[in-house]
Amino acid sequence: MSRYLRFVPLAVLLLFVVVVAWRLVMPEDTKVRSQMTGQPVPTFALAPATNGIPGLSSKDLATGQPRLVNVFASWCVPCIAEAPLLMELKRQGVPIDAVAVRDKPADVAEFLGRHGNPFERIGADDESRVQIALGSSGVPETFIVDGRGVIRYQHMGPIEPGDVPALLGEWEKAR
Amino acid sequence: MMVRPKHQRLVLAVLAIAALVGAVLLAMWGLQDRAAYFVTPSDIAAGKAEPDTAIRLGGMVVEGSLKKDADGLTNRFTVTDGTKTTSVVFRGITPDLFREGSGVVAEGRLDPNGLFVADNILAKHDERYMPPQMANEATPK
Amino acid sequence: MIAEAGLAALWLAAALAALQLALACGSGGEQGRRIATIRAVAVAQGLLTIAAFAALVLVFLRSDMSVLLVAENSHSQKPWIYKLAGAWGNHEGSMLLWVTVLAIAGSVVALFERRLDERTLGASLGAQAALALGFFAFLLVASNPFERLNPAPLDGRGLNPLLQDPGLAFHPPTLYLGYVGLSVAFSVAVGGLIRREVSPAIARAMRPWVLAAWIMLTLGITAGSYWAYYELGWGGWWFWDPVENASLMPWLAATALLHSVNVLAARGGLRAWTMMLALVAFSMSMVGTFLVRSGILTSVHAFAVDPTRGSFILALLTIYIGGALTLLALRIADVKEGAPFEIVSREGGLVINNLLLSVILGVVFVGTLYPLIAEAVSGEKLSVGPPYFNSVASPIALALGAFLLIGPQLRWRRDAAPLLPRIAPGLLVAIVALVATIVLWPTIGILPRLGLALGAGLIPASVMPLFGRSLRRTPLAIWGMVLAHLGVSVAILGMASDSAFTKERLAAARPGETVPVGPWLVEFREVMPVAGPNWTAIEAELRASRGSGVTILKPQSRFFPDPPTTTNEAAIDTSWNGQLYAVLGERDDQGRWQLRLWWKPFVTLIWLGGILIALGGALALAGRLFRERQQRRRIEEAFE
Repeated sequence: MSRYLRFVPLAVLLLFVVVVAWRLVMPEDTKVRSQMTGQPVPTFALAPATNGIPGLSSKDLATGQPRLVNVFASWCVPCIAEAPLLMELKRQGVPIDAVAVRDKPADVAEFLGRHGNPFERIGADDESRVQIALGSSGVPETFIVDGRGVIRYQHMGPIEPGDVPALLGEWEKAR
Repeated sequence: MMVRPKHQRLVLAVLAIAALVGAVLLAMWGLQDRAAYFVTPSDIAAGKAEPDTAIRLGGMVVEGSLKKDADGLTNRFTVTDGTKTTSVVFRGITPDLFREGSGVVAEGRLDPNGLFVADNILAKHDERYMPPQMANEATPK
Repeated sequence: MIAEAGLAALWLAAALAALQLALACGSGGEQGRRIATIRAVAVAQGLLTIAAFAALVLVFLRSDMSVLLVAENSHSQKPWIYKLAGAWGNHEGSMLLWVTVLAIAGSVVALFERRLDERTLGASLGAQAALALGFFAFLLVASNPFERLNPAPLDGRGLNPLLQDPGLAFHPPTLYLGYVGLSVAFSVAVGGLIRREVSPAIARAMRPWVLAAWIMLTLGITAGSYWAYYELGWGGWWFWDPVENASLMPWLAATALLHSVNVLAARGGLRAWTMMLALVAFSMSMVGTFLVRSGILTSVHAFAVDPTRGSFILALLTIYIGGALTLLALRIADVKEGAPFEIVSREGGLVINNLLLSVILGVVFVGTLYPLIAEAVSGEKLSVGPPYFNSVASPIALALGAFLLIGPQLRWRRDAAPLLPRIAPGLLVAIVALVATIVLWPTIGILPRLGLALGAGLIPASVMPLFGRSLRRTPLAIWGMVLAHLGVSVAILGMASDSAFTKERLAAARPGETVPVGPWLVEFREVMPVAGPNWTAIEAELRASRGSGVTILKPQSRFFPDPPTTTNEAAIDTSWNGQLYAVLGERDDQGRWQLRLWWKPFVTLIWLGGILIALGGALALAGRLFRERQQRRRIEEAFE
């Protein structure tokens, strides 16, 4: 009996590893997907987030053409990484607006100065109310809103080079 | 009673295994009704949540549903998962980022009338309830 | 430049670890020369790792925003001490700290260990190098702390306001010294098993490391508990959070190991048992670090890591622990039989102590992992919290405490003398205390009641070993044991008192109103805005009195702008018999403010007990080191 007893600790380890490996391989989908996809953008009107650039309201998102809405902040480090990709999307003709979350006008201006400004409008969302109403749970996130003001797609996290074709595709679909 | 050396090791080994098994059995017994299940308002509406067991209810606080009782301390609000709603009552100081329209996790139990009595509220964006995905983004901790 | 130098030092250190491992595995060449080379390589590895860590600290202190880690975790306006703490207040930095302590431990063993047989030392240093190699690889491949950020932002994201606290800033290094100190026990056990050399000498080599690591873990856990108590504002001192459990599990294993290693060192008994515990203790450290970083368990402490890194650590874990346990299984038959002992003996008592500790370890382990297991098996999402842990761990802990009344009084090997006179004082006090609690406070729960009785009884029981000895010639190690066990009784009394006698009051009050809580009357004077170096707050002034004298408490609701966060700053007043704890909530539209007040009698005994336990350990460590130096000197003198 003691021949096999000595392998019990090893067996316990193996059991632990199997259970844990299962979880690592199949990560929990804790991403809180917005329930708003397929829903119209909630009514809102935000003041300009910085001088010289108009603020954003829900009316501006139902213009007959699909638009991107980027939820960002000057204090958000991954937003720096996605800035050039937003500029690229703008260059390809995609109209982009933004919601600046819990930010200050001077900081937003500085961010845009350093990383470029792909946005036509930027609304100041000082209390995250619009962010939450859109169904966003963090920054950065990007939404595609169609010409009738209905949310068609949500991209969570920073836009990476590999995401650009997919985003362009979704934008085309929304036309 | 002196145990012979050869047997001593065997006895110790058996005791160790017995302790291990005992620990696991004890754990299983303890987990039976002290683990708290995650439920949504739809689960409660479908009758899947048992009254009087520890539950964690998750969802969004319905806009306009938050009311305080006259004592200034008891909060009543409704939680929704987009399909069904559950009424919640909580007596205490709510976390700073708890507000209508925001995500919430309430720990507590269902009373016989279907009202969720919360002992603890964890608001979304609260440090204790931060989905790993958000931790990778630059949200304030 | 500094960052690149640090990275280079890290690569070099990794290379040296590989060399150290290779040398230890090889068998050619002259034995003495090889061991000397291994020692030198270990020391060099330690120095290079220290250099790498110093480089990281430097880029933080200089607020070099071109380093990604600094940009994400620091801010140029921070006081220097929090810039320093920022270096290890994140995943990559703390992993570098882990590896630094690992390498330093190896160096110290290489420099000072003289007791071990040379070949065994070689094997142990090889094992230590193997451990280091895996973690170096993890750092260099998946968690580079020196990664650059281009273009560099003007300033950093700032440090989580929760971490801007002196206590918490130094909590990680303390704990890491504990976690990683146990690696030496692991390596020495592996070395001993490889060389078939499991003997009292091995135990004596291991013991100071086990003691030192255990002291640090005790301090780290005590400090962490106190921090959570005053910072999180819920009046609790232990939440059974997965990361708290991750620190408790190695501590439980280390406590069992500590007692077991003494038996092996002094009596030659419990050989296989001690080896197994030595392997389990550091395994628990590694499992703990994995749980915190893999992202599989959500917790307030959890670092922001992804599953890829988690998989890497899991692979390391499997190789190390699996390898060690396999080695144990294969070599256990070669481990000589320990000296026999009767069930009623100190060895027997220590076996029971170890078994009970292992049961607590087991139930905490299962409870921590259960949400994972349940989801894997049935898809159920659930959480396991204080109700489970408290109801399952407390009774076993109390049973352990009860054995503490008897165990230290037992004689080694065979105790046939009448036991009752020796345990009478402790037992008597416990029984009297139990009756007193029933008479004075009939309504408190059974667990706190037993805790109060046991805690009281343990005070004389802890001191009993000193009776009948010449106090001046009692070894320091015995004083240490007495103090540590006294610390246990004090801590149990604190926990039981908090559980039985805490009074809580939740009120909505207007300025001018008075709220009673326990023996106190708390007057809510006024509310005003205040500002600090990087925060603004609403502060309430409370005047508390009971009988004579007035104490002022000023709880705050504090707002940090960068990154925007609101925290509750509890106000705590400590008096000789307890703490008054106040938290401020929101204002409602009728001008009433939410106030949550607690009166916690004797709650500070919990952390005082923890400190006493650590102090006891320190005394024992000092005693052993001193005594060994004395013995060595005597031997040297005898040969002159």
